[in-house]
Amino acid sequence: MTPTTSPSSAPDSRASAPEQATSRRGRGVGSGRRGRGLRTTLNLPASAALGVSVLWFSLLVLIPLALVFVAAGEHGLGYMWEVLTNQQTANAIRLTLTAAAAATAVNIVMGTLIAWVLVRDRFPGKRLIELLIDIPFALPSLVAGLVLLSLYGPGSPVGIDVLGTPYSVFLAVLFVTLPFVVRTVQPVLMAMDEEVEQAAESLGATRATNFRRVVLPALAPAIAAGATLSFARGVGEFGALVLLTGNRPNVSEGAPIRIQSYIEVDNTAAAASVAVFLLLVALSAILVLDLISRRVSRHA
Amino acid sequence: MPETAQPDAAQPDAARGASALRTPAQRTGAEGTIRDDLGRGLNLRQLLVVVYLFLLVGWPLWRVVQETFFSGENYLVSALQDPAIQYALQVTLAATAWAVVLNTVFGITVGILLVRYEFPGKRALSALLDLPTSVSPIVVGLSLLLAYGPIHGVLGGPLFDLGIRLIFSFPGIVLAVTFISLPLVLRAVVPVLQEVGTEQEMAAKSLGASGFQVLRRITLPSIRWAAAYGIVLTLARAVGEFGAVVIVSGGVVGQTETATIAVQRLHQGFETGHAYAVGFLLALIAVAALVIVTILRPSEKR
Repeated sequence: MTPTTSPSSAPDSRASAPEQATSRRGRGVGSGRRGRGLRTTLNLPASAALGVSVLWFSLLVLIPLALVFVAAGEHGLGYMWEVLTNQQTANAIRLTLTAAAAATAVNIVMGTLIAWVLVRDRFPGKRLIELLIDIPFALPSLVAGLVLLSLYGPGSPVGIDVLGTPYSVFLAVLFVTLPFVVRTVQPVLMAMDEEVEQAAESLGATRATNFRRVVLPALAPAIAAGATLSFARGVGEFGALVLLTGNRPNVSEGAPIRIQSYIEVDNTAAAASVAVFLLLVALSAILVLDLISRRVSRHA
Repeated sequence: MPETAQPDAAQPDAARGASALRTPAQRTGAEGTIRDDLGRGLNLRQLLVVVYLFLLVGWPLWRVVQETFFSGENYLVSALQDPAIQYALQVTLAATAWAVVLNTVFGITVGILLVRYEFPGKRALSALLDLPTSVSPIVVGLSLLLAYGPIHGVLGGPLFDLGIRLIFSFPGIVLAVTFISLPLVLRAVVPVLQEVGTEQEMAAKSLGASGFQVLRRITLPSIRWAAAYGIVLTLARAVGEFGAVVIVSGGVVGQTETATIAVQRLHQGFETGHAYAVGFLLALIAVAALVIVTILRPSEKR
């Protein structure tokens, strides 16, 4: 759940020295790491464990996901295009993308601000704020929709009713993506040296200049990473939409809801076409995130 | 939950404290007016954060408590007496237990493999392992349907002929919740495995411990808190899953209906009070999981 830790940051080099020491003892664990290509340090039990794990992972995740692509291409690209340009589907996709982009924009501003307040300011109740930030991560997304409906639905005590309007999708996405930017920016802000800012300040930089020239460049990769995660999650969000949006075709129906309706009428090829579109968005988000985290670690 | 407003009340104090901290720097080149602006600025941004979070998270959550307990009757009690809801909760808990067991074994095994061994394709495998949490739940449901569905399923068809039914039955629910929570234990365990290094393991090996003994006596104890952290996350995610489950379970009341599906059914059937009550229960599990995770987090760093 900590998106900043690069998934594939290879095991630290510290480990290699002692491992080589024992390989001399004939345990066959580390046989040197010079050859990065096809060299392996797997022994027999480890190979078996890897085999079983990869098999399970393939059966559970890789094969099913690959089949979504197969189903999408079943009737050719022309059919896929036809599905994606179907008026109701196109509207749903447009709404989902717009809502995800808008929520991400809000998250960039509010997420950075929240992270700033949490790291730099001290005030009582900070732990409660920390807890509130994480609630969208932990709360079942369907319940999130229900929860928002109680305040921003029919009979709202504040007089705002988003049910059946496009804003409902935005609100749902805003809720479920709240933690991403906060949680990616926070550790970077913690690690940042305040001395640089103080130096800039002592050299006559105004607060605004300081923020623009010193703080923002340092935070930018983390903000970008958080924004990517937030956008990808926003595009794929399903549970929170179910109860909150009312799912009015062409008005408040998101793309994931469209997929569900296609599945319900047993049109898996059309469902897969929209799904592939969502998958591509998720994949490109992972790639962007990986690029950013690699660049950051190179500069660090 | 009423404490949500507490930071609000404590605002001026905090702002004063923070601006007092900054005054020495300010005095060097700024007049009093700027200092006052700064004080107000601090105040404003904290206020903004608190109000934003209150409107987006705090208040809506409190409304669920209100709807459950203070809107006529205690809906939680009557919801828990409903046999269909009881059954749905049991299905959810059983599927969650399966997901926790499967993903703990998988996460620890693959975590050790990724950190302690070199093999071709490691980087690709590591990147792919993040897929399950990035894919939309509805796509997860669709993918499982395409693979294991009794009619369309590439693997499900032959299995169905053998009399094994995965989708639209309990195993399908297990597959779905295991899928969406797959990397959570893994991602919790990997940084700790990297952190503790291999010195102790090597020492044990040089003293003649077998691979299995090293695993049981050295490696596993060193990652137990990280694993617990991952397990709590897995549990919270599995309990609350809806999108993937709704596609593969069929949602037959009293058979393959999970707690989240029950919330939807109750809400659409205008049993709003009961919908909020089950929603409250699930939210309670989520918040409890969060509190446990925050308690576990520091001990993981130590």
